[in-house]
Amino acid sequence: MSLFLWPWPSSLFVALGVPTLHDTIQLDEAGMVQALQRGDESVFSAVMEEYSGSLLRLAMSFVPSRAVAEEVVQETWMGVLEGIGRFEGRSSFKTWLFRILTNRAKTRGIREKRYVPFGLPGSDSDGDDGPSLEDSLFVPEGSGEGHWADPPQGWEADTPERALLSKECRLAIEEAISGLPDNQRQVITLRDVEGVSAEEICNILSISETNQRVLLHRARTKVRRVLDPYVRGGKK
Amino acid sequence: MEKNFKQQLMGYMAGNFTCKEVAQLITEYLEGSFSLSQRVRFQMHIGLCLACRNYLRQMKYTVATLGQLPAEPVPPEVKEALMNRFRTWKKEQSSQGSPADSQKPS
Repeated sequence: MSLFLWPWPSSLFVALGVPTLHDTIQLDEAGMVQALQRGDESVFSAVMEEYSGSLLRLAMSFVPSRAVAEEVVQETWMGVLEGIGRFEGRSSFKTWLFRILTNRAKTRGIREKRYVPFGLPGSDSDGDDGPSLEDSLFVPEGSGEGHWADPPQGWEADTPERALLSKECRLAIEEAISGLPDNQRQVITLRDVEGVSAEEICNILSISETNQRVLLHRARTKVRRVLDPYVRGGKK
Repeated sequence: MEKNFKQQLMGYMAGNFTCKEVAQLITEYLEGSFSLSQRVRFQMHIGLCLACRNYLRQMKYTVATLGQLPAEPVPPEVKEALMNRFRTWKKEQSSQGSPADSQKPS
């Protein structure tokens, strides 16, 4: 019995030729890509259903309206069909998809005079040029300098899923995200909403790791502040 | 005076990070970009400071909540338009030979 409970290393499964969970996921993605390359309509429909919402959310951070974002999503899927034959699996399919969308959305954003590429004059400013976000939370000077002015309390929250059951709370978070400067919005959408790795985000958005973390920190700090009253029990 | 001494002692024991520095560096910590010594100093502070521990939990909760946001709804007419464009693409591929033949998997 203990043999079955023994935590066998994954390398043993590999040696025995037994597919690991990682392999299974890889195989599924490879199979999906091959089906798309064959022009399988049901697979295209399923993949489109799965990812279009994520693509739309990201597109809205580049272009000025939802209507234009929907067009960008359509252009992205056309880009997928044009390029799927050349997809080599060097990145995950999802990352590849986000990269296509980002390229198309940037082009549209520039045309609509909304998007300013990173690295060009004006792109460093993301509306946070003032004092650091944390300044107001801390004692500015004197013996308590650097300590909490109003120490954070524990949140009376259940799980995040339950917090999001409150429509008011969900809308407040959505509004907080849409109110962020574009580059903060893009980074938090990719990192926290879509779960893309930091390295892949740098690649998709062509930004440095440091810049990515600064933008993420500013964005998270603002969303936390918006979430605070909903999980403290003050608002329901 | 006593409060001042307590804060200094706390600062010494907590690896010399102030609470403000902890709040400013929290994303660096959560993203795993700290060196080992920075991580130890950060964790020492968190271990001793309830307010910062609460703040860290709040930030983790914020990240988890963002990860649970429902997908942006895509209008059915957009999906329908996409399926039509897919069928047109497939026809074009078929007229040039089968998609699988013309686009070899890499």
